[in-house]
Amino acid sequence: MECVFGLVGDGFALVVADTSAVNSILVHKTDEDKVMLLDSHKLLGASGEAGDRVQFTEYIQKNVHLYQFRNGIPLTTSATANFTRGQLATALRKSPYSVNVLLAGYDKDIGPSLYYIDYLATLHKVEKGAFGYGSFFSLSTMDRHYHSGMSLEAAITLVDQCIKEIRSRLVIAPPNFIIKIVDKDGAREYAWRETINEAEVAPPVEAFPEAGTITA
Amino acid sequence: MSIFEYNGSAVVAMVGKNCFAIASDRRLGVNLQTIATDFQRIHKIHPKLYIGLSGLATDVQTLSQKLAFRHKLYVLREERDMRPETFASLVSALLYEKRFGPYLCMPVIAGLGDDNVPFICTMDCLGAKELAKDFVVSGTASESLYGACESMFKADMEPDELFETISQALLASVDRDCLSGWGGHVLLVTPTEVHEKTLKGRMD
Repeated sequence: MECVFGLVGDGFALVVADTSAVNSILVHKTDEDKVMLLDSHKLLGASGEAGDRVQFTEYIQKNVHLYQFRNGIPLTTSATANFTRGQLATALRKSPYSVNVLLAGYDKDIGPSLYYIDYLATLHKVEKGAFGYGSFFSLSTMDRHYHSGMSLEAAITLVDQCIKEIRSRLVIAPPNFIIKIVDKDGAREYAWRETINEAEVAPPVEAFPEAGTITA
Repeated sequence: MSIFEYNGSAVVAMVGKNCFAIASDRRLGVNLQTIATDFQRIHKIHPKLYIGLSGLATDVQTLSQKLAFRHKLYVLREERDMRPETFASLVSALLYEKRFGPYLCMPVIAGLGDDNVPFICTMDCLGAKELAKDFVVSGTASESLYGACESMFKADMEPDELFETISQALLASVDRDCLSGWGGHVLLVTPTEVHEKTLKGRMD
């Protein structure tokens, strides 16, 4: 039940993702970062099949870096979005990636922007977007409370409302979320919203000093 | 549900007196969920030729990029814009190339030919052309559109009347289709100018 959603505010864009790595009924970890920093001013929040998600987002990240190395200037958010769509579209009829992506970026002359790219390579520039079962709750909440040019405090309040909605209404709601922001100062992690702390649930082995080595 | 109904769409083109109008809805959906209400389905090839693409949104975008590319190459070689009939043949050929793994799009082509004679045609996802003298429709709301256009259409309408007719036909039809709607986008093209308008209908 992966939830990724994002919105554009006044001079910034937020991408929020759940942080559970799940395989069938087993939760491997609850602190998996699904929002990748593509470069200094871009975020790529992805949801979908785990292997595809990591492979595809890393591939996009490396290509964004390659462009910057070759040409000396970074790609714009729009160009990155179209490149990502092109890669998904080319792979669609060969071996498709099952990854849905929300790309947020800040360009100096354009400001913040958010692009919705689904696994079929449908690209659309949006002000608010969401993927997964959580989208049924987060999109409606955002439809009600979102307006253009929200301040950061108002946007975070809205994000918390969406997370609250997902936690209360989704049957297997993810326990933890990560919020990342991109604005003129760059792309960075903003906050976590945790209900389960991974360090407490699966403590490192040193916490049990009495466990010795096994001798035959 | 069919793959053609995954995103939802409605496109219609009508012929008037020395002019044509092409209109589409604005919804981008994923099955029952609406993602956006400002999706662009009609693309300009050149000032007197437009193509509206219904069907799967990813193929709509891929195809419109490919067609823009092919037209630009044509302009570089021939040093003139493509005639609508030629363009229709190009689209048909491009679609049939993928006969056994097609682009899941149904285009509606509308343009002003030589001597500004309006030309419209539609085709299925494999490129089977359907020329018409009055109107052509495509998309999830196509059956409603056929009915609305058949009853509202008159031959040789002036631009203002044509605009009104196509708008009413589009809005009436998408109101009966849950997968298309959220307003409309109408382009009215005469030999001298292009009017582009956004319609506000039932936003649901």
